[in-house]
Amino acid sequence: MSKLGIIVKREYLSRVTKRSFIIGTLMAPLGFLIYMLVIVGLTKYESGGELKVALLDESGMVNQLPDGKGIRFIQAGTKSLEQLKSEVTAKQLDGIVQVPKLSSLQSKTLTIFYYSDNKLAPEKSSMIEQKIAKRIREGKAGAMSQECPSINLARIETLDTKVSIDPESINGKDDNDSKYTAGVGLAVGGIMAFIMMFMVMMYGQMVMRSVMEEKTNRIVEVMMSSVRPFELMLGKILGAGGVGLTQVLIWIFLGGGITLLLPFIMGGVDPSSMQAPMTPGDVPMPDAEQMEGEGLRLMAELGKQNWMMLGTAFVIFFLGGYFIYASLFAAIGSAMGDDMGESQSLVLPIMIPILLATYIVAFAGVRNPHSGLMIAASMFPLTSPIVMPFRMAFFNLREDWWQLALSLIIVVASAWFFVWLSGRIYRVGILLYVKKVSFKEIGKWMFYKG
Amino acid sequence: MVVRFKLQIIQEILLAEKQRSFNDVVLIFGAILSANSNFMILSIQDVVKIYGNYTAVNHVSFDVPKGAVFGLLGPNGAGKTSLIRMITTITAPDSGQILLDGVRLNSYSPDQIGYMPEERGLYKKMKVGEHLLYLAQLKGMTQHQAFNATNQWFEKFQIGDWWNKKVEDLSKGMQQKIQFIATVVHQPKLLILDEPFTGLDPINTTLIKDEIRQLNEAGISIIFSTHRMEQVEEMCDHIVLINKGRNVLCGEVSSIKNQYKDNLFRIEFAGNAPENIPDRFVLKNREPQALTFQLDHDDQSNELIRQMLQTGVRVVKFEEILPTFNEIFIRTVNE
Repeated sequence: MSKLGIIVKREYLSRVTKRSFIIGTLMAPLGFLIYMLVIVGLTKYESGGELKVALLDESGMVNQLPDGKGIRFIQAGTKSLEQLKSEVTAKQLDGIVQVPKLSSLQSKTLTIFYYSDNKLAPEKSSMIEQKIAKRIREGKAGAMSQECPSINLARIETLDTKVSIDPESINGKDDNDSKYTAGVGLAVGGIMAFIMMFMVMMYGQMVMRSVMEEKTNRIVEVMMSSVRPFELMLGKILGAGGVGLTQVLIWIFLGGGITLLLPFIMGGVDPSSMQAPMTPGDVPMPDAEQMEGEGLRLMAELGKQNWMMLGTAFVIFFLGGYFIYASLFAAIGSAMGDDMGESQSLVLPIMIPILLATYIVAFAGVRNPHSGLMIAASMFPLTSPIVMPFRMAFFNLREDWWQLALSLIIVVASAWFFVWLSGRIYRVGILLYVKKVSFKEIGKWMFYKG
Repeated sequence: MVVRFKLQIIQEILLAEKQRSFNDVVLIFGAILSANSNFMILSIQDVVKIYGNYTAVNHVSFDVPKGAVFGLLGPNGAGKTSLIRMITTITAPDSGQILLDGVRLNSYSPDQIGYMPEERGLYKKMKVGEHLLYLAQLKGMTQHQAFNATNQWFEKFQIGDWWNKKVEDLSKGMQQKIQFIATVVHQPKLLILDEPFTGLDPINTTLIKDEIRQLNEAGISIIFSTHRMEQVEEMCDHIVLINKGRNVLCGEVSSIKNQYKDNLFRIEFAGNAPENIPDRFVLKNREPQALTFQLDHDDQSNELIRQMLQTGVRVVKFEEILPTFNEIFIRTVNE
């Protein structure tokens, strides 16, 4: 085995066999699972217990309201507002909803009153508003049909037309975009960009810490008398990168398992309560048949993504981005002294492009994945490993293939360049013990002879 | 004898170099032509190393004979570490060349050198056995060879039960022992020890000293970098003294001492001091029971003792006073 191979093997095994790695890798999906359960629990959780609310209807249109959302409605019957108020004071009731008489059937606004000493949660208040508005609408329709029998609620409802945009490309043959294209693209691209950022940050810094540790341990001079500095640096980058890939693979494996189990975990949850917080409007739930259709279309949309292209390009961008940043982190780690505190000022310039890329994706990319800024950021090698995978999800490969190809070439060439450059900094920095290093100083190291 | 050496060198180069270039061929012939190198494990030839504006090593040349215990001396910042880093191929000279066993330093040279730096350490979290296997493999040993060699040292030091201990669980002195094994486990031709005894207690110092002697007797050449002069006198047969990047003194320990001696002779006697002290020689020091004279030449020593005997005093000891290395060091550096 070559010396580089021996180094990679040690760097890889010493991390993978660490208890913290095994626990961390296994706990992360478990943590995600717990997070999901907490979210599910929270949506089921009805804050503040059930409210007993009296309904004082003066309009004659509301009558009975169905309970729900932690509110139980009680008919006021013949009780007056004053009587009800005293019941609230006596804590027999939590509040009173008073629906005044409509000034006329034509009036488009109505103010109803809620009497209580406690505030009504926004979620509950909007629910009461919607339920009463619905009753008033039915009441108005009833009144109309008395004037003109040919008008009834069913006919009125035909006035509401649900309109949705289905984008169609003009020259594309199979690129039949649906209304899901944008959403699926966002999800796929966002996940890829996030994984990229996470891995580059986490494993890049792991390389940096490891380099610093070798320097402060003073083992580095022993190592340097056996292997070339470049071999040690590259071995470290490859070893840590292997650990990162291992972790991602384990997570994909575990993630697949969890996804399969998820329906069983969610089994006890009422789908309408899951849906409710996201769609507070009184949109009628799509019926099962319609849901199935939507699901199929979503699957079709996911199937339309060119997964071979996405996967291959993702791996290349991942490796390119990882090599660029890990080698920069290694160079910075080699330049640092024993003082960990000063490290921040050297690390910051490396973090900026990573964060910038993430912001560009989060703010500019979501609005238009093909804007000028996005195209530029997907070419610049310090941001492209995060920005381009996001854009790829929206790509029309037939037209924009050159952008992808150019970006790939730039990122691979840059990875090569940055590893070389960092090697030149590393070989000098690793053997120097200076108090404080400036970037000017590091710049000089690049030009030292061997 | 010389021919046999040359053949051995060529054989080694042919075996070691898998990919030979024109450069290597030139190298091989260079090695054959420099007959001197056959008896030298290391030959430093007009080596220069410059960092920025600072000349760390300034046209230094010296040879280390095979089988020598060679002292590399010099005050702090003299250029010792820069020189060692070039010998160990950590850095390369800006000009001049270095031959290891007659061959110009190349990518196989590190495997033939064992280096224990002054700034030394181990991976704290690694197990002792794995650590030594790792370092031995990085010196070109196969896993099998590394395992056998490591085991032998474990037996020798009777530390078999340390194999699975983590380095950080060992005491400082124990770690130094492991560090020493790591330096020699791959059976190097040349051992470079930079301040090897710092951080060692007297027991471990003696242990390591004995090991160094044994390795030396087995034919391994040793370069010993230190500024502890008593160790130089105890261990070294050859030295080079570096100051401000230059070679200021170099040679065999005994001849250097002769070169720097002041022809001082000390006569110790029993009873009272003689009344008429010979005045042919300069009296340098007077003790109650001893006198020290400075002679013009050391061949006058018989003359001195004859004159002393004529005074009727009973001589119990007669010795030449040679300068200590400490004195030579200070004198040379201050010049």
